[in-house]
Amino acid sequence: MSIDRIEPGGPPLAFSPRRIAAMVLRYWYLLRASWPRILDLMYWPTVQMLMWGFLQLYLQQHSGFFAQAAGTFIGAVLLWDILFRGQLGFSISFLEEMYARNLGNLMMSPLRSSELIISLMIVSIIRLLIGMVPVTLLAMAFFGFNLWGLGLALAVFFLNLILTSWAVGLVVAGLLLRNGLGAETLAWTIMFLFLPLTCVYYPVAVLPEWLQWIAWSLPPTYVFEGMRALLIDQVFRVDLMLQAFVLNGIFFVGAIIAFLALLRSARKHGSLLQPGE
Amino acid sequence: MSASEPAISVDRLVKVYKNGTAVDGISFALRPGSATALLGGNGAGKSTTIATLMGLVEPTSGEVRVLGAAMPRERHRVLHRMNFESPYVDMPMRLTVRENLTVFGMLYGIEDVAGRIRVLAEEFDLGGFIDRPTGKLSSGQKTRVSLAKAMLNRPQVLLLDEPTASLDPDTADWVRGRLEHYREECHATILLASHNMAEVERLCDRVIMMKRGRIEDDDTPERLLSRYGRRNLEEVFLDIARGRGETRAAAE
Repeated sequence: MSIDRIEPGGPPLAFSPRRIAAMVLRYWYLLRASWPRILDLMYWPTVQMLMWGFLQLYLQQHSGFFAQAAGTFIGAVLLWDILFRGQLGFSISFLEEMYARNLGNLMMSPLRSSELIISLMIVSIIRLLIGMVPVTLLAMAFFGFNLWGLGLALAVFFLNLILTSWAVGLVVAGLLLRNGLGAETLAWTIMFLFLPLTCVYYPVAVLPEWLQWIAWSLPPTYVFEGMRALLIDQVFRVDLMLQAFVLNGIFFVGAIIAFLALLRSARKHGSLLQPGE
Repeated sequence: MSASEPAISVDRLVKVYKNGTAVDGISFALRPGSATALLGGNGAGKSTTIATLMGLVEPTSGEVRVLGAAMPRERHRVLHRMNFESPYVDMPMRLTVRENLTVFGMLYGIEDVAGRIRVLAEEFDLGGFIDRPTGKLSSGQKTRVSLAKAMLNRPQVLLLDEPTASLDPDTADWVRGRLEHYREECHATILLASHNMAEVERLCDRVIMMKRGRIEDDDTPERLLSRYGRRNLEEVFLDIARGRGETRAAAE
């Protein structure tokens, strides 16, 4: 038996693709072993899409504006689900370790924080794909809305939204390490604060001026404004996407710093010993 | 780490939590290949000491080194050469034993994971349930799986917390035999926390008794028995836990 040579004396930021693969495999085994988990990934996005889709259909029939702005609600709900489900996929996978009382095993193994974070990112994408691909196909079948038809714009929207979802997921994971399952509710609810502020279903201009400042400080706001510009005015706003990327860069670096600070604090306060409390 | 260096060294370790001092300036060093028991009642500071050795807790002051690496700062230099078993952690319940061992084998950097699992399955008699979900095993079977996981990477330092707590006497005896064999075969350093004094007498060549965050006594089992004038370690443990050791020492 031999031990891989990456770890001993390696630089602090070094990581092992094999350990990342081990963690992805661990979450895959879990998903594979539990059909309710897979069903849950698809259930709520489908319900949301159907509800907003039919509402949009109704409004289209009674309003000239909505007839022109076809697809904005379904587009919004699908993009919102990328943001929300991306964060949930990250945070819930982390929570699974706490439910399973496995965090101690991982923290005392050679797994590095950077490797755990990367594996959680990969798993959040896998969970997102399992949940969202069928829903986008249903949106096509029910309402003729083809999210995939957005092409490159969809890729840019997706990248921006997933970056924000990971940043939020990282902060939640840090809070869970520091405060144990007492912070569990945050994992499920924190993203809902973004729902009114990032103007998922309405333009930023609707908000009072002081709230607009807050809205424009959040990267997803640029994505939802960009989506409306694309669907209503048929214009892809590169400027909005660049601003979103810059903000996401700041958010993501800030989230990594917060996660590492919370992990350090957990070691200091002994929270890693009893993460279940 | 040179051969003469201790496998584990704890130097004036202090750990203060918000609600009090858990460990109060303890020092000890364990030579490579030794088996030591860390004993004490609830709140004695054993768990905090072991957690500090594993890099889970940052000392308030003092220094802890495992295989020459300062914990927790340099833990990534040595975590692949250590392992542990504790009833306070579980392996994911929905994953089968084989899946769990595969994941941990990869985490510990073992090249031939499947081969190593085959060997461990034979050594720990896991064959009958290796493809069953870990959550469906009896507590004795779970302990055997946890021990197999602890041996996956052939650790040079093995930290064990109540390794035979939920096993029937026959299986517990077999596990103790395995641990003795592993220590001899791999010249591993073992630190054991246990409330089973017969187990400690059989496995350990040194006993560190803790009370209220401090080391109350530290010697071989034989010398402790002779010093306290007792027939077994359980009586010594009770003497120390109830303060009779202090009375005896004062009288002497």
